[in-house]
Amino acid sequence: MLCLIKQVPDTRNITLNVLREDGTVNRQALPAIVNPDDLFALEMATGIKDKYGGKITAMSMGPPMAIEVLKDALSRGADQAILLTDKKFAGADTLATSSLLEWAIRKYGELDLIFCGRQAIDGDTAQVGPQVAEKLDIPQVTFAEAIEYLSENDIVIRRTIDNGYERIRGRLPLLITVTNTADHPRPPSIKRLMFWKKANTKNSVKSIQEQEKLSEKGLLIPVWGLEEIGCSAEICGFAGSETWIKNVENVKLISRNPKLFDTTEQGIKNLINELVEDHII
Amino acid sequence: MENGVWVFIENDSGTVADISYELLGKGRELADRLGSELACLIIGHQISDTAPELIAYGADKVYVADDSQLTHYLTLPYARIAVDLIKEFRPSILLIGATSIGRDLAPRIASNVRTGLTADCTDLQIGEYKFGKKTWKEILLQIRPAFGGNVIATIVTPETRPQMATVREGVFNRHPADSFRRGQVVQLNPVLTDQDMILKVVERVKAEKKVNLKSAKIIVSGGMGVGSKENFEIIHELAGVLGGQVGASRAAVDAGFIGREHQVGQTGTTVRPNLYLACGISGAIQHRAGIQESNRIVAINTDLHAPIFSIAQYGIIGDLNEVIPKMINAYKNKD
Repeated sequence: MLCLIKQVPDTRNITLNVLREDGTVNRQALPAIVNPDDLFALEMATGIKDKYGGKITAMSMGPPMAIEVLKDALSRGADQAILLTDKKFAGADTLATSSLLEWAIRKYGELDLIFCGRQAIDGDTAQVGPQVAEKLDIPQVTFAEAIEYLSENDIVIRRTIDNGYERIRGRLPLLITVTNTADHPRPPSIKRLMFWKKANTKNSVKSIQEQEKLSEKGLLIPVWGLEEIGCSAEICGFAGSETWIKNVENVKLISRNPKLFDTTEQGIKNLINELVEDHII
Repeated sequence: MENGVWVFIENDSGTVADISYELLGKGRELADRLGSELACLIIGHQISDTAPELIAYGADKVYVADDSQLTHYLTLPYARIAVDLIKEFRPSILLIGATSIGRDLAPRIASNVRTGLTADCTDLQIGEYKFGKKTWKEILLQIRPAFGGNVIATIVTPETRPQMATVREGVFNRHPADSFRRGQVVQLNPVLTDQDMILKVVERVKAEKKVNLKSAKIIVSGGMGVGSKENFEIIHELAGVLGGQVGASRAAVDAGFIGREHQVGQTGTTVRPNLYLACGISGAIQHRAGIQESNRIVAINTDLHAPIFSIAQYGIIGDLNEVIPKMINAYKNKD
């Protein structure tokens, strides 16, 4: 099993100290976290491992610091991890990301199940999962909540649809995107956390001896760049992106000073009366 | 210019989804601006009756793929039919609703034909784009909130076709139907392979669509301040008394207080009610952007500094658990 993980800036709670004077967001000032939905994907994979066995590989494309999300995945249940990092991967839109992931996954080899989070909070596109499935020429089940049955090559998945749910029967291999209504992610285990704490990549550990020591303990996380993956630079990063940003503007919303009413019976009565007089209610 | 604007029409047993009418309206505007044709594609079973209606709402051409195996949406056959048509007719623009179906289908198509795709657009325009010495004229400007809604980005797909975008429900208004419009209906004969049908829907449970935020006159919305799933009852109660619909912030939906179909904001439904009552909602920028066209906004929040107050006409600084029962009482005893 493969689990695709993304490191994202935590855009959920943007406070005033991450806003620059001109109102733009200082991305660096936001904490970098595992994309929340990806943890639900990892949980689904780990649940399958608990029940049926198998091995989980966590894979992430990102800057070198994305090793942190892989270590998080390892301490929650992944068995091994691969970091895809290269300067040439930067500036990728979802199409370029999926092209690179296709190459990396083909290099990785045969898989039964690929899990992704429903969507990432920094872009909210929900596109990379289906784009990868298409490129690998395998079916997809998006917005999955639970795997209800699994055998050699038969699988039944419950997925959410607008206003309801569906049960889908399919066959492996399959790519599944997981919603945050699925089983809640387990916390990292202390034992695993302590074990993986020292994990690193060879790019970050200078001395050969140190690298060998990590490698012996199984703590050297493989890094794949353009060369290792063997794809052309044309298909990944900015070069492989077909959506370009024309311009970015700060959001200008209406700014009002509301008329305040107090919480007394009379205060609230006054508000209701005003709304009634204006034919609002 | 090129080969026109296309809209993917979503339907449930022959009933066309609201978003598809909205996209036909916007698609018509874009096609007129480009001086090109507006085509649409509908896939399903026993759907031929929809064609005249789709033409009345703006389509010049309707492609119909009708097969009993296509009654319900399935990723692979739907994507293949769309991909085959795109490769044959090379549309310049393809618009798809950002529904659970559209979000499953659109990336699959874009990945296959290797083109750009912009999710959740809040506006679409035709314009020019310059990069270095090159200028692209009359291309689609795909405008969407980015970075948690704090910025609005304009995205372009200059080099590949179709220029693909998904759009949330409620962003565009549908145009009035014109039953005198004439158009062409093209019946397709989809040939489905075993590989296309490898996934089967074994059960499908769909609630009658009860939530209709888009056309609601009054919306009472709850946020994290409501505190729990159980306490959302108080929001339902106030909505019931006022004859309104129940909405929710993204945070409340993510916390599992209420279903996603209630989510208001740019990643949920953009709303324009006569009255929007925000209870215990701090007012993340996506939320405020999704409600700013409301006629009146009332905010109830314990935090005087909550951003929701910057968009509200009326505010009550206080605990919703205390305020809402008083509101219900005041409304029932109004003069």
